[in-house]
Amino acid sequence: MVDSVQDAARVGGELGYPVMVKIQIHAGGRGKAGGIKKADNESTLRRLAQEFLGRSFVTAQTGGEAKTARRLLIERSSPINKEYYAGITYERKSARPVLLVSSEGGVEIEEVARKDPGKIVSVPIDPFLGLLPHQGRSITQALGMTQAKGGRLWPALAGMYQAFVSAGASTVEINPLAEMGSGEFLALDAKVVLDDNQVALRPELQALNDPQEEDPMELKAKRHGLSYVKMDGTIGCMVNGAGLAMATLDIITLYGLKPANFLDVGGSASAEQIQEAFQIILGDQRVGAVFVNIFGGIMRCERIAEGIIQAVRKAGLRVPLVVRLEGTHVELGRRLLQESGLAIVMAQGIEDGVKKLKEILK
Amino acid sequence: MSIWLKDDTRVLCQGVTGEAGAFHTKLCKEYGTRMVAGVSPGKGGQSVEEVRVFDTCEEAVLKAGAEASMIFVPARFAKDAILEAAHAGIRLIVCITEGIPTWEMVEVKHHLKGGEVRLIGPNCPGIITPGESKIGIMPGYIHRPGEVGVISRSGTLTYEVVYALTQAGLGQSTCIGIGGDPVIGTSFIDCLEAFGRDEGTRAVVMIGEIGGLDEESAAAYIRSEFYKPVVGFIAGRCAPKGRRMGHAGAIVSGSQGTADAKIEALRSAGVKVADYPWEIPGLVKESLHVQKR
Repeated sequence: MVDSVQDAARVGGELGYPVMVKIQIHAGGRGKAGGIKKADNESTLRRLAQEFLGRSFVTAQTGGEAKTARRLLIERSSPINKEYYAGITYERKSARPVLLVSSEGGVEIEEVARKDPGKIVSVPIDPFLGLLPHQGRSITQALGMTQAKGGRLWPALAGMYQAFVSAGASTVEINPLAEMGSGEFLALDAKVVLDDNQVALRPELQALNDPQEEDPMELKAKRHGLSYVKMDGTIGCMVNGAGLAMATLDIITLYGLKPANFLDVGGSASAEQIQEAFQIILGDQRVGAVFVNIFGGIMRCERIAEGIIQAVRKAGLRVPLVVRLEGTHVELGRRLLQESGLAIVMAQGIEDGVKKLKEILK
Repeated sequence: MSIWLKDDTRVLCQGVTGEAGAFHTKLCKEYGTRMVAGVSPGKGGQSVEEVRVFDTCEEAVLKAGAEASMIFVPARFAKDAILEAAHAGIRLIVCITEGIPTWEMVEVKHHLKGGEVRLIGPNCPGIITPGESKIGIMPGYIHRPGEVGVISRSGTLTYEVVYALTQAGLGQSTCIGIGGDPVIGTSFIDCLEAFGRDEGTRAVVMIGEIGGLDEESAAAYIRSEFYKPVVGFIAGRCAPKGRRMGHAGAIVSGSQGTADAKIEALRSAGVKVADYPWEIPGLVKESLHVQKR
């Protein structure tokens, strides 16, 4: 892995040409996006490294956004007999890890699943027993391999499962898993998705985090215990609870408006979290109006109202704000907001709130 | 009538000396839950909200007759807490804790498989039988006793829907928040089976969201084996693909777990699926009316 043209050339020299140059971003689908190329000599390698480093790529898996390539993987391009796919992920229904192996390597597994599901061998794994050798032999047979070749494949599969468990990952993929001319199996590329809950408990996994690969606003939100996802509209949204937040975005969309973000301030939104949430929402210059939808539940509405008032005073309000508040002491909360002297539009229910947003933006 | 939780269920709270544990032990007591014990290692002999604290679940079962547990311990200790309760003979375990690694829940789930323990959650609001008892963090006052069963993967969205039902004069038999994680103890189908047997439940509202295939499985079950009317709602229709929407389990992976597929599956199983949460009470009334004739 390199991050400069000089290092790329040095590694190329060490490995011997030809080499493959692959951009390293947190997304798959790079080949099709032109981020994987072969270099036959040092000058081509230098040219490719120059071209790739710092360039933005949009792939089928980046969600429409461009990702900047800051690192490259340089590896020897040896004659390859065949490319396979191997991956482990959770099957939610059975609550087990499942190993997927396919003879159609080098392409997205989703595509294989769609076009040719018969080419994917799937093996459920008992979490207490792990991947068993006889399961490896079944895979070998299902792939139409000789058992001798399967024996060379086994260490890759067993190692992958070990990595999945020890990292507490939610997905590990080796794609392509290449059978080289020499007969050995080599992981030419891999993707590991860690479980956020596991990361939160393990500092050694947190150390792997690369903030440059994340959206700065999403990163800021995460630091304050908020869950924020950027979307492409103009209505800034602040909701307590993930389900209610998703439903609120859906309703806004069904009414012909477009949400700028998903933002869950947590089931029991604290005043501090509400303030941070406002700053994040208003920090997005595309936002033309803000909708706050809070179902107070156990938290008293006057506390929430105070949080909103403080936040608005601190952040300043450059766009219209519609607030829908429900829960314990809701009358008191609404009165506080109305008497605050701030230009807050009060809504009775989600429907009323969204209608008022439409009216304001007309 | 109700499922799993009744007015005489004897409940203990694990993590009772923590802030959330103490606060919700108090609120549950006020609602009418029989809080008989708390568990907090090293703090046995103390009391919280006039509830006696024990060092272990085993002791709480032996000396206070606890039958159900409400778990608030931090994520790091939650797996052990769930298993401790199960090994002590607790049969209803409600895990409120958020942030438990998927792998640990996989281990818990496989260990409990085939046994008699009913685990609800984790990362959920809990279970309430209105007017009788609640184990969880939901606000009691929005509920009222009645004949609608509610099952949901969400917290505040459930409160929203329950409150709308209550205001429309539709009480609830039992409401269960099954949780927003990818691996959870109790599924939609587990709840539907119990509601199907419960004479006090005449209709069910199920609130799903993007991610996984639990709603699709529930739809298949409803089509072949569930004969009470079901009204549904699915959150996350406009969620971008591949992004986690707050809940660990709320993610569309590839083409799997979309809201549209879930809505389609439920509709084809005869479930009335609301576009807006506020339509739910009307749809419930409609289906109860149809059922009467």
